Amino acid sequence: MSTDTRPAAPAPVPPSRPVRVERRLPRLAPLGLYLAGLALGAGVSALTGSGLASTVVYGVVLGTLAVYLAARSVEGRRKATDRLVTCLVTTAFALAMVPLVSLVWTVLGNGLARFDATFFTNSMFRVVGEGGGAYHAILGTLVITALATAISVPIGLMTAVYLVEYATGRLKRAITFFVDVMTGIPSIVAGLFAFALFTLLFGNDVRLGVMGAVALSVLMIPVVVRSCEEVLKLVPNELREASLALGVPKWRTIVKVVLPTAIAGLGTGVTLAVARVVGETAPLLVTVGLITGTNLDPFDGRMATLPVFAYYQLTQPGTDTQAFLDRAWTAALVLIILVMALNVVARLISRLLAPKTGR
Amino acid sequence: MTATKAPSEPRSQRAVRRPGDRIFAGSAKASGIFILLVLAGVAAFLVSEAVPALTAPAEDVPGGEGLGAYVAPLVLGTLLGAVLALLVATPLAVGIALYTTYYAPRRVATGMGYVIDLLAAIPSVVYGFWGLAVLAPALVPLHVWAADTLGFLPFFAGPASTSGRTMLTVGLVLAVMILPIISAISREVFSQAPALHREAALALGATRWEMIRMAVLPYGKSGVIGGAMLGLGRALGETMAVAIVLSGGAGATLNLISSSNPSTIASNIALRFPEATGLGINTLIASGLVLFVITLAVNMLARWIVNRRADFSGAN
Amino acid sequence: MAKRIEVSDLNIYYGDFLAVEGVNVAIEPRSITALIGPSGCGKSTFLRSLNRMHEVIPGARVEGKVVMDGQDLYGADVDPVDVRRHVGMVFQRPNPFPTMSIYENVLAGNRLNSRRMKKSEADDVVERSLRGANLWNEVKDRLDRPGSGLSGGQQQRLCIARAIAVEPDVLLMDEPCSALDPISTLAIEDLMTELKDRFTIVIVTHNMQQAARVSESTGFFNLNGVGQPGRLIEFNPTEKIFSNPDQKATEDYISGRFG
Repeated sequence: MSTDTRPAAPAPVPPSRPVRVERRLPRLAPLGLYLAGLALGAGVSALTGSGLASTVVYGVVLGTLAVYLAARSVEGRRKATDRLVTCLVTTAFALAMVPLVSLVWTVLGNGLARFDATFFTNSMFRVVGEGGGAYHAILGTLVITALATAISVPIGLMTAVYLVEYATGRLKRAITFFVDVMTGIPSIVAGLFAFALFTLLFGNDVRLGVMGAVALSVLMIPVVVRSCEEVLKLVPNELREASLALGVPKWRTIVKVVLPTAIAGLGTGVTLAVARVVGETAPLLVTVGLITGTNLDPFDGRMATLPVFAYYQLTQPGTDTQAFLDRAWTAALVLIILVMALNVVARLISRLLAPKTGR
Repeated sequence: MTATKAPSEPRSQRAVRRPGDRIFAGSAKASGIFILLVLAGVAAFLVSEAVPALTAPAEDVPGGEGLGAYVAPLVLGTLLGAVLALLVATPLAVGIALYTTYYAPRRVATGMGYVIDLLAAIPSVVYGFWGLAVLAPALVPLHVWAADTLGFLPFFAGPASTSGRTMLTVGLVLAVMILPIISAISREVFSQAPALHREAALALGATRWEMIRMAVLPYGKSGVIGGAMLGLGRALGETMAVAIVLSGGAGATLNLISSSNPSTIASNIALRFPEATGLGINTLIASGLVLFVITLAVNMLARWIVNRRADFSGAN
Repeated sequence: MAKRIEVSDLNIYYGDFLAVEGVNVAIEPRSITALIGPSGCGKSTFLRSLNRMHEVIPGARVEGKVVMDGQDLYGADVDPVDVRRHVGMVFQRPNPFPTMSIYENVLAGNRLNSRRMKKSEADDVVERSLRGANLWNEVKDRLDRPGSGLSGGQQQRLCIARAIAVEPDVLLMDEPCSALDPISTLAIEDLMTELKDRFTIVIVTHNMQQAARVSESTGFFNLNGVGQPGRLIEFNPTEKIFSNPDQKATEDYISGRFG
């Protein structure tokens, strides 16, 4: 600031005006213009005789253009840019919905053909054409996933407890960092790891259900750690202090106060982790293989699992191709249902187990 | 116990600890260390099983020209598909993240985020099914068009595949698969953009887009980059979708739309491993090691970028 | 029950930072001792060092002695968990366990340590503790409801009931009323005067009227500046502190905010 304290000449006060009334498009006009553009696009592509894809492309481009030009002429450049971005962003979202809807639609359409009792009660033992089912594969997936969960949850949960309740300094940073890095291990590499481990232990050409469980655990542990860590951090410190001040040892405080308080989040996190690995194919392909009969002993030879079953039904159809494809799609449908059910369960857990306030 | 203790040496750290506490804390710590060991084990076992392929004479390695010649086209294919996926998915993911954080009506925004997350829940083998049965045939006209109009670029040199099982289709399938990862992280950083800055921008008379450009995008930039890197890591390692959709196995080429494509490391392992024997297995594991190193590097970089932002965001 | 605490030459550190320096004080049994002073002067830290709760923060440690009826709480073979069973604590914000009912909250100290108890004995402890905390009549019909459903003042009395259910000798209170409305505050103060017959009570408060109302002795903590350690400036009967303090700093603090 200058030291000049001379009173400045009063600036001429502009006559006060009401806020300038902006020219705006009516509320529903952009939507209407956009739809008109879409319709025009459909018309153009119908005239040129192109397919659905070009209809959408023409329509979106024309609709966006219509909104932009109208806004440009009525509201000015800045507002027009704003509207343009709104169109683009909304289109991006709609575009992302296309594969999801298409995928679910396709799987439903192709998968319902064999979504019958035979599929869920029969294995592929001595089936070469029609009939047969994924009974053995579904049970195999359940066994291996359960085993992987039994390995991952204790390790993952205890690591999360360590990170939140005990760890300090360099080891904490190292574990946090490498858990993050581990989330990025490609699933096929996890499978190769389990394969290499068991090959060194038991010699060549070993294929066991437990190898698959180990491979899945490598993928599952970091997910469990991260989600449990986030949840444990949310438990207020005051509860830990309250328990410690009652003369409760720290480990009992963790087991009886911290974990029960966080149980909803922990359950959700674990369920989502299970959902993530239940559809994994690649690691099971290289470690567990596939058989046509039912084997439920993970320590004795190959097992069938649903994703690998689906993969081989699709890629190596036998003589009756359509029967194999039908089974493949039904297996895919069951997989999706399984994953979605786990997601719903996760949500239910977080809703049902959350501490009640009782107010 | 020494008689002369530095005064600042922690004394009461040596407090009495109950056996229960010691066991519990010990097993918690052991779990954490076990995870580090597992990661080290992944590297060590892969190396030990890859060594025979590394030391074998060149003519014994499948392909007959040595490990380098075997892996190189696979690396190219892996990078090609993943980068293509990244280029398609990132702008879309940013758009989706902006839509769910700042454009969608508040009541439905979380539901929309959940729907996008469902994309991440679908098993990759199912994406493969969909890519093979729906996307590949649907993209055949695009292949023809690209070969006709963009044929002067090496990527679209043609001749256009008639099945659509090309690197281009794979890239698009991968893009759909990594979309939820990138958009989830972008959504998170966008929603954390300081309300103060956003409101300041709006108070200056900025439109919504100007507010986003001034207050949200600069804040979320490194988060988006980190998320994109994580997506890249996922795309690099994606196996089943590629194995099902891609008709690969040809040599190194940049051509995205022809019917001869380089395979990717992961899909090559999935396709060859069940029938491989002897040195073939070691070679595949060696290629897996290469993939491990690439994804590890990408992920470490991504984490570093994301965490660097977390350090100075003051969001705790 | 109700033990005397003698503190001599107590220094409290967080890592290398000296937070409280050179405290010498004798806290009498069956009385209420109030600790007052400006924010950040170390009175809460000192309070937490009396039941070794400050050790929850990594790097925290003490030098000096805290002797309770002849036993040094910081002796080589003393388990901090045992110390806390004898020296209970009530915190600034009411913190009932959200996963437990009112009944279970009162019994938390016993249950969390897996102490076996007959149902009738447990009922007795719950009723006695809730009566002791002046909460019995308000909650006796809904003991199985979550503790978090009570009002703030009731929650704080529930926390007091929880603390006295393990029958400690000393009760530490860290600004127990600062999150409560005036009526709840009065209820807690009344409770404190009832409890002092059975326990040695030490309370940290920012509210000087409260210190004057409830306590027999008052300690004034102060610090010379930011980054300096807090010190116990003066420790005297409450009447003397508020009418005729020995130290100029005490008088300044009290007259600056009192009245």
